[in-house]
Amino acid sequence: MLNFFLLILIYSGIYALMAMGQNIITGYGGMLSLTQAGFFAIGSYVTAILTTQAGWSFWATLPVAFLVSALFGLLIGLPTLRLKGDYLAIATLGFGEIVRNVLNNWDSLTNGPMGIQRIPMPVILGFTINPYKKYAFLVMVIVFVIIAYILFQRLARSRMGRALAAVREDEIAAQSMGINITKYKVYAFILGASVAGIAGSLQATFTLSVTPGTYTFMVSVMVLCMVVLGGMGNFKASILGAFIIQFISYFPQLTGLSSVIPPQFKQILFGLILVVMMIWRPQGILGREATRYRKRAVTPTGGEQ
Amino acid sequence: MGIAEFFQHLMNGLTLGGIYALIALGYTMVYGILKFINFAHGDILMAGAYVGLFVFDGLRGDAPLGTWTLIAFFLAMLISMGFSAVLGMTIERVAYKPLRGANRLAPLLSAIGVSFILSNSAAWAFGTHSRKFNYPFDNTPVHIGEVVITPHQILILSVSLIMMIILKLFVDKTRMGKAMRATSLDQGTAMLMGINVNRVISMTFAIGSALAAVGGILIALDFKVYATMGTMTGLKAFVAAVVGGIGNISGAMFGGILLGLLETFGVAIFGIPTGLKDTIAFGVLILILLIKPEGLFGKVEKEKV
Repeated sequence: MLNFFLLILIYSGIYALMAMGQNIITGYGGMLSLTQAGFFAIGSYVTAILTTQAGWSFWATLPVAFLVSALFGLLIGLPTLRLKGDYLAIATLGFGEIVRNVLNNWDSLTNGPMGIQRIPMPVILGFTINPYKKYAFLVMVIVFVIIAYILFQRLARSRMGRALAAVREDEIAAQSMGINITKYKVYAFILGASVAGIAGSLQATFTLSVTPGTYTFMVSVMVLCMVVLGGMGNFKASILGAFIIQFISYFPQLTGLSSVIPPQFKQILFGLILVVMMIWRPQGILGREATRYRKRAVTPTGGEQ
Repeated sequence: MGIAEFFQHLMNGLTLGGIYALIALGYTMVYGILKFINFAHGDILMAGAYVGLFVFDGLRGDAPLGTWTLIAFFLAMLISMGFSAVLGMTIERVAYKPLRGANRLAPLLSAIGVSFILSNSAAWAFGTHSRKFNYPFDNTPVHIGEVVITPHQILILSVSLIMMIILKLFVDKTRMGKAMRATSLDQGTAMLMGINVNRVISMTFAIGSALAAVGGILIALDFKVYATMGTMTGLKAFVAAVVGGIGNISGAMFGGILLGLLETFGVAIFGIPTGLKDTIAFGVLILILLIKPEGLFGKVEKEKV
């Protein structure tokens, strides 16, 4: 039971990383991306392939997972984000399906539907982080979440965070204030993609095997649900959302009711959460985080320092 | 490629394209009026296919192929159209209407929720296995020279052609059609002219969903009926709508046919592996967004403040 509880916590942490990435795209940038699963898969497979076929260590694969996801983010982001509207949602939805399609069919590299097994456990300073003994792994995931949270929080208060908020509220006004809207949208999208890639690496080294079936559209919807439920534009809320959604999704096993509750129950619930939250509480549980800016010293000429 | 082979692929491409066109019409009509992508459209198609399947099997009983099975098939199609129309209107009333004044993301997120609820409810109620939709007639291929044409291809072509002509006449010639065009041009002014915009929107959903049901049944004859059948089909139909210029009814018809031909010939001429057939639509989407984002027949809209 305790073991199971730890498992849920670890998954919550991995998904919290993806949810924070979704939050910078959707909560801050106001863009609807539906492909966290795609980048999650890319990160997982980068780690799986490099560790099993090239003998790399888990840590060495992390930057590669980051960069490869970022590159794919750029490839989809550039054509779609130049345009206004909802093309991103469709393009990303398609991308997620394509990634799974390719993973399923590229047998020589990904071993097709069988997936890749025997991924080595991560080793740090001679200490093996064994996923079966969950404590050490949980600590590692928590460290990742904290680092990501701090970085994202700083980012949100930076020039980029303010620019994104401006773009979300009114693109035309933002543009006329001299903000390069495409640039910031693409940045946000790439960041959200690459953090999902990192989450994918963690997932691969936690389950020690990867199969294309793990990275379905449902993963993307779950991540979206986490952000919407917690509250868009608030990184704490994304983490909270990740915990709640993970507990809901393991609720049948946790209570031993998995024989009574149909497997589709949680998916239907996720769908309901999206609809109900949009209608009755669009700001989510915690609501958007109010950003307070420090007052800056103003020089006699009136310019900001 | 010989002439006969060319005509063979042309025929296959046209039938596939006819189905895409029917489904694309629903996306484009809703987008034209509400400026948002109805993500649940693909799942309405799935619901329509299930209803059509059950009604047809029920009406047919053990009857041998003949006039009665053909009548039963068209009755099933009519009932399924009615069912889907009501389903579409209900979804609009419950999940989209309360969000009409909300920010741009809200109806999109709600639509994703609805789509998830529909597909998973279907998987729960009808199981995850796929069901065969039996041909209502003897589907022995007819040889015209070296070209093989199946009667069901003729059925698909004629049904989609008739549906498109009826729709075109409806939108161009009737009062309701005029109201629809006015609403899509300028909702506020249309309301001031005494048009009941709510009714127009309901009607748009009803028509789009009824057409989706026809598309669902036609595609089910070829690819069976299952709970997630709407996802990929819906995505491709949306691409067709974008290719033709979203919001443009003739454009959606043309885009659908074009996409069907591209897919068939892409596999036949360029030797794209069948496993990656679904990537073609996605490639087309990215290409069209890069070169001509307003679509082949779309008007470039200047954004006004």
